Amino acid sequence: MRLSGRGVRCVRGGREIFSGLDFEASSGEALAVTGPNGSGKTSLLRLIAGLLTMAGGSVDLDGGEAELTLAEQAHYLGHRDALKPALSVLENLAFWRDFLGGAAFDAAESLAAVGLDHAGHLPAAYLSAGQRRRLSIARLLAVRRPIWLLDEPTNALDTAGQALFAALMRDHLARGGLIVAATHAPLGLVARELRIGGPS
Amino acid sequence: MTALAALIRRDIQIALRVGGGALIGVLFFLTVVVLMPFAVGPDLALLTRLGPALLWLGALLASLLTLDRLFTADHEDGSLDLIVMSRTPLELACAAKALAHWLAAGLPLVIATPVLGLLLNLDATATSAVALTLLVGTPALTFTGMIGAALAVTLHRGGLLLAVLVLPLSIPLLIFGVAASQAAISGPLSFGAPFSILCALSLASFVIGPFAAAASLRHGLD
Amino acid sequence: MTLTDLANPTRFLTLTGRLLPWLAASTALLLLIGLYQSAVAPDDYQQGATVKIMFIHVPNAWLSMFVWGVMSLAALGTLVWRHPLADVAAKAAAPIGASFTFLALVTGSLWGRPMWGTYWEWDARLTSVLILFLMYLGLIALWRAVEDPSRAARAAAILTLVGAINLPIIKFSVDWWNTLHQPASVMRIGGPSLDRAFLIPLLLMALAFSLLFLTLHLAAMRNEILRRRVRALQMMQASQRSA
Repeated sequence: MRLSGRGVRCVRGGREIFSGLDFEASSGEALAVTGPNGSGKTSLLRLIAGLLTMAGGSVDLDGGEAELTLAEQAHYLGHRDALKPALSVLENLAFWRDFLGGAAFDAAESLAAVGLDHAGHLPAAYLSAGQRRRLSIARLLAVRRPIWLLDEPTNALDTAGQALFAALMRDHLARGGLIVAATHAPLGLVARELRIGGPS
Repeated sequence: MTALAALIRRDIQIALRVGGGALIGVLFFLTVVVLMPFAVGPDLALLTRLGPALLWLGALLASLLTLDRLFTADHEDGSLDLIVMSRTPLELACAAKALAHWLAAGLPLVIATPVLGLLLNLDATATSAVALTLLVGTPALTFTGMIGAALAVTLHRGGLLLAVLVLPLSIPLLIFGVAASQAAISGPLSFGAPFSILCALSLASFVIGPFAAAASLRHGLD
Repeated sequence: MTLTDLANPTRFLTLTGRLLPWLAASTALLLLIGLYQSAVAPDDYQQGATVKIMFIHVPNAWLSMFVWGVMSLAALGTLVWRHPLADVAAKAAAPIGASFTFLALVTGSLWGRPMWGTYWEWDARLTSVLILFLMYLGLIALWRAVEDPSRAARAAAILTLVGAINLPIIKFSVDWWNTLHQPASVMRIGGPSLDRAFLIPLLLMALAFSLLFLTLHLAAMRNEILRRRVRALQMMQASQRSA
């Protein structure tokens, strides 16, 4: 599988954020997108995810399943956690497992893998920020998709959480997955860097 | 559990647990209908004549109030992004959300109608007629209203704008719903004619609503 | 046993735990006596036996207002004196008050039906009770809308006090509105002086229902305290780390 972008151009609110951007990533590879605030890291991820329309250029996926779009084969881990406080932790995860479609895995095991199994039946409202992030990460485990689009994934995680997530990312790459992550901090794994908007 | 069933179930669970629960829509309906006699006067004969209209107006306003949160909650916490990226077509997801909304907010209004009919001195025929038209009409209100809800999702003044957008679209439903109820009570028009048109409008909204809403949502995600 | 002693939830639970069985028994006994007295009371010369609905309707109507008074006191307790159990008392009382109000409405409607021919007339007194019912429901919705009980308490306390001030205003307005359109209300309880034969069962039932309120209220307060403890435990559990 190979994800590539040629001459990608992004315009938001009438302002051009970036243009002429080229990138590529293959199975088993991680791409770390770096750059100052406002350079368009989040926008690039949303462009790849299909949540933002491109003003120019193209993003292609070679390999993967032919009948599915790129977005349908990708996970997007954004700034917001897509958590419903009214539901329990397990109910939240089980919903995404059922709704996203595709290869689904046991919700309870996914919770255990991120260290939240003791909180399964509790209302999601009682979780701390770091725990909510872990619950979002559990979603990536509960539904298997080859491409991970991560926007500052280690935000709100403590050192133990960051180490845990780094291990999960390495597992994902070892299984042939592909990661594009916007980040300020080091990810804890081998990644090529894509610098946007600013000197290297 | 299939994807759409999971979405309907989640939305109903949230509607029942959050805020005042599902019954707050009914409480609003009750309050609005109780409000009318204070403006109109306690003349029972007049209230009976106005009954179907008052009930329809109350149901319309009550539906409208709860529509505001249909998409904004998912938009604010990032769930909408994931729904768009799922393997379920967005149109179907919108239809599922509208269905869940109607089950949690619209159907209780229909069930509350007999009690309110009592307050407005409507007899059994009148109350059943109004309840039946509301049963067919409230889903249409939800499916029509979701277009406005989708358009207003990214806007901060959403609530009032939503009302301004949706109310004109709801006028045909109001006309035929009240006309059908009146026909059942006093004739001379038959109940069947306006009621069939009401059903047709409902069915049309089940198709137009999700497509228009999905298009608006995609447009508004940027 | 001072008020400050009762402020301790644990002591409150122990005390009420011992008190409740006796209260429940006395309530049941008094209700039975009251119902018997109501049943053997003479019929009204005009309304016949239906006048006996009054023995349930009137106490419930009194209690619907009395409970709002209790909640207002509790509201002051929350806002002014910050008594720890004040908001528990307020929250527990609301559904009970709403139920009494609902019973007053239903019995009032049934009482009026033979006279009116319909189940509802926009009679001044009953309409005021209907508005009170809506206010109770709104208050309960407010309690449920805010997740954190202590924040909900302050909001509910303000609404309760505003409601207490507004109730006389609403009652006056509704009376005025009614006289604009209709002759005086047909719901009489026997005029200015109630016949002694009616008075005793009425007072007995009023006492019985008041005792019923006390019993239910204390039981509801116990439940609320326990519910908050469960919530605190759950929050503690959530913040634990697992292996």
